[in-house]
Amino acid sequence: MSEITPSQTVGPFFAYGLTPKGRCDWDPNGSYSWKETVGSDLVTPDATGQKIRIEGQIFDGDGKAINDAMIEIWQADAQGRYAHARDNRALPNTQFKGFGRSATDKAGVYAFDTIKPGAVPGPDGKTQAPHIVVCIFSRGMLRQVYTRLYFADEAGNAADPILALVPADRRATLMAHKVAGDGIPLYRFDVRVQGDNETVFFDI
Amino acid sequence: MSLIYPKDSLSAYPAHLSPGYKSTVKRSPSKALIVVPHTLSELTGPVFGHDAIQDGDNDLTRQHKGEPLGERIVVHGRVLDEDKRPVPNALVELWQANACGRYVHNVDQHPAPLDPNFTGAGRTVTDSDGHYKFITVKPGAYPWGNHHNAWRPNHIHFSVFGHSFLTRLVTQMYFPGDPLFPFDPIFNSVTDEKARLRMVSSFDLENTVPDWALCFRFDIVLRGREQTPLDTDEH
Repeated sequence: MSEITPSQTVGPFFAYGLTPKGRCDWDPNGSYSWKETVGSDLVTPDATGQKIRIEGQIFDGDGKAINDAMIEIWQADAQGRYAHARDNRALPNTQFKGFGRSATDKAGVYAFDTIKPGAVPGPDGKTQAPHIVVCIFSRGMLRQVYTRLYFADEAGNAADPILALVPADRRATLMAHKVAGDGIPLYRFDVRVQGDNETVFFDI
Repeated sequence: MSLIYPKDSLSAYPAHLSPGYKSTVKRSPSKALIVVPHTLSELTGPVFGHDAIQDGDNDLTRQHKGEPLGERIVVHGRVLDEDKRPVPNALVELWQANACGRYVHNVDQHPAPLDPNFTGAGRTVTDSDGHYKFITVKPGAYPWGNHHNAWRPNHIHFSVFGHSFLTRLVTQMYFPGDPLFPFDPIFNSVTDEKARLRMVSSFDLENTVPDWALCFRFDIVLRGREQTPLDTDEH
């Protein structure tokens, strides 16, 4: 019998501790005094690959943007390598860590500056299309929800073994779309927690 | 490290929808979650070292010019996996209300005083034995709008990273013997009593510092266990 510690909600007041410098519009001085552990800019000076910006909103069951959520992302670098001991492939690597955290602001908007990830190994020798693992916390969520962000303009999506497990009519909820192409590409990725067009969440 | 993450370990978790806690009604998925295998993307996760923290980040009583008001306490424990082995280098972050039950956060409108000497945020990284320690003040109880005369029990919010993105845990630590336990829908969203009590710290007399501070112990058990042939047989 497992004895793991149960999850509890992050509550409405995490920002000054977990995201003190990011998306901090609710503070008149722009930020709280506490230092930031991890922010929303994942790009390191030596990171190779295509720089991208990801932006979106998180909506509740009434279609209202959630303005007190925290979103965390985990991804491989441009070569498809995770900065973790379990990924021991001898590929060139950089200081790129692949982890980011953003709060949503008053308008429910989150944003990340990062590098487009490469394809990574999947189950049974298959290849997973470039994707980002997404984890969302908020008031009213007693436990986090996990989803994935894929890039709508990736040919590799058709053969992705995880997307293949998602009903075809719901796969679109996992697609980030390029909305601006000049300079650093901007991808839009909205999350609908509940209701019509509900984002696919994974039982992992 | 060859850990596996059995999904049935999550049976102790609260349901996404727990109507007694009203905010879950519109913020919980209504469609079934899609079951997928654990791939390299889930089995890896952010790695933190001691460069993630600075000296004193774990002492919430020394972040300002003076000492905060309230009952000074030591909160410590170990971060463990499901086999009760220590999880070293785990980033542990906490945040909490001050001794009056007021958060620094601007949205908190509870008419209790802020303390200029208390922010209420801290972080540390576990040592090789999985041990962490914070010095803080005991947070106060506070009212909230969930239902008439709703009060949160005294609690400290914890955020923990372990060996992978699957072990990510945000939880709350409670204090033993709180009279508000039976009335709190967040605490009671964990329906199994034994699991619920794992969120309650224990008073630690042995590590209470004479003439200085009471001590509370809070061990945190994350998902993940050693893969053994036995596990295969069990399922």
